[in-house]
Amino acid sequence: MPKIVFTEPGGGRREIDAPLGITLMEAARQHGVQGVVAQCGGACACSTCHVYIERSWLARLGPREEMEEAMLENAWEPHDNSRLSCQIHITADLDGLQVTVPARQREE
Amino acid sequence: MISTILIIGGGQAGAQAIDTLRREGFRGRLVLIGDEPELPYQRPPLSKKYLSGEMAADRLPFRHRAFYDEHRVELKLGRRAVRLNPAARQVELADGEQLTYDRLLLCLGAESRQLTCPGAALAGVHYLRGLADVAPIQAGFKPQARVVIIGGGYIGLETAATCRKMGCEVTVLEMADRVMNRVAAPSVSQYFAQEHRAHGITLICDTRVVCLEGQGRVENVVCADGTRHAADLVIVGVGAVATTELASAAGLACDNGIVVDEYCRTSDALIYAAGDCTNHPSPRFGRRVRLESVDNAFEQAKTASLNLLDRPVVHDRVPWFWSDQFDNKLLIVGLSQDCDRLVLRGDPASRSFSVCYLKGRELLAVEAVNHSKDYMAARKLIAERALFDVGKLADSELALKEAI
Repeated sequence: MPKIVFTEPGGGRREIDAPLGITLMEAARQHGVQGVVAQCGGACACSTCHVYIERSWLARLGPREEMEEAMLENAWEPHDNSRLSCQIHITADLDGLQVTVPARQREE
Repeated sequence: MISTILIIGGGQAGAQAIDTLRREGFRGRLVLIGDEPELPYQRPPLSKKYLSGEMAADRLPFRHRAFYDEHRVELKLGRRAVRLNPAARQVELADGEQLTYDRLLLCLGAESRQLTCPGAALAGVHYLRGLADVAPIQAGFKPQARVVIIGGGYIGLETAATCRKMGCEVTVLEMADRVMNRVAAPSVSQYFAQEHRAHGITLICDTRVVCLEGQGRVENVVCADGTRHAADLVIVGVGAVATTELASAAGLACDNGIVVDEYCRTSDALIYAAGDCTNHPSPRFGRRVRLESVDNAFEQAKTASLNLLDRPVVHDRVPWFWSDQFDNKLLIVGLSQDCDRLVLRGDPASRSFSVCYLKGRELLAVEAVNHSKDYMAARKLIAERALFDVGKLADSELALKEAI
């Protein structure tokens, strides 16, 4: 099972085993990774599973699609390495992926 | 000193409350009582990817069991709370177990409104609310199986789309003159009606079901004008009612839901409630509402949890909703009821447009069809009570935030 390394908002490090075939959001949520709120559960309707991907891994994830792009535009502090974790499917070549969770998911 | 918090209800709100309570530092005894046997799970896929079989059951739970162990949550699943005694601060379960609380959170949810016409109890008549409802519907998925869906709301239409994808012959019967009439603008209803018809669904509005016929098992759905629709499977989606029996029997104020204040507190100071079961004030929209949505369950549970821990927070959010039907995504934000003007942005024929609801120059709600941009921008602008230039708003070339 690929291992994914999350840096949580407080700076805590969480290493989790992510089963193939589910999304990065689902893997984070099952384990209760802090800050991956994922309110809509992967419907691309809320942007609360926003994460930053370690830049060296970006190419392996493929491009953001139009709907994800639109959601991220209004997410909290989007960067060029922002992704919605619900749109990333876990594959074998993501073993070791490094992900940072933003301090917040929305302005409130 | 709060040493024991009980949560009744293991849906979206109950699961979220656990998360917030532990993250906010509650170290005492935390008990979750849920009448379904499964770990708390997400309901939206039940009418969509879980119903179609695209999503496996192990992807439904919010958290693994290990999460609850790690956070010392006592799960009492498959157990029903049958009595609440606020004076003694006690909850009794169906098997007789008594639990005492310092604070109680009711996340009782809502239940499907039942059909009451003759024949409603025949075999082959289904509702879709919980995980246990899905397998009996799936068992009826055979090529060309005739599925009649009563009700053209979210559940009816999402289920219709899924049944169609599974190869069934689908008929949707709606009482009002258009589908989703309580939640969407006429242009949005029309768009979705066309989508369903284009996929081969028979959609009939302005029709009232008077009885179901069959020998032990449903065979026909009969409408007031005498039309008979042959059915192998009937799915009823005619709305939901708040689950309030436990609360009302205990003397808590209930009126279309458990009545709570802006802190999610019921008429008993030690008992809070969150989610579909609540009738709550919306400061932003200036009236009481009862909302059935993931967002509201989630946000109220968060607010209620903080208030349970004596950290006063007012629940004041702009609600949002979504629906997936075929490859269309409907995103709704705000509450449209007090509007005096509708503005269409974009052309429905382009398959991407939105409808803005205004009161004067103030934006109250947006319904966005395959248009995430307007929806996301509106979430912020509605909360800020932004005032719009109606002429600019109608120009879909301008971004929403530039129409101020």
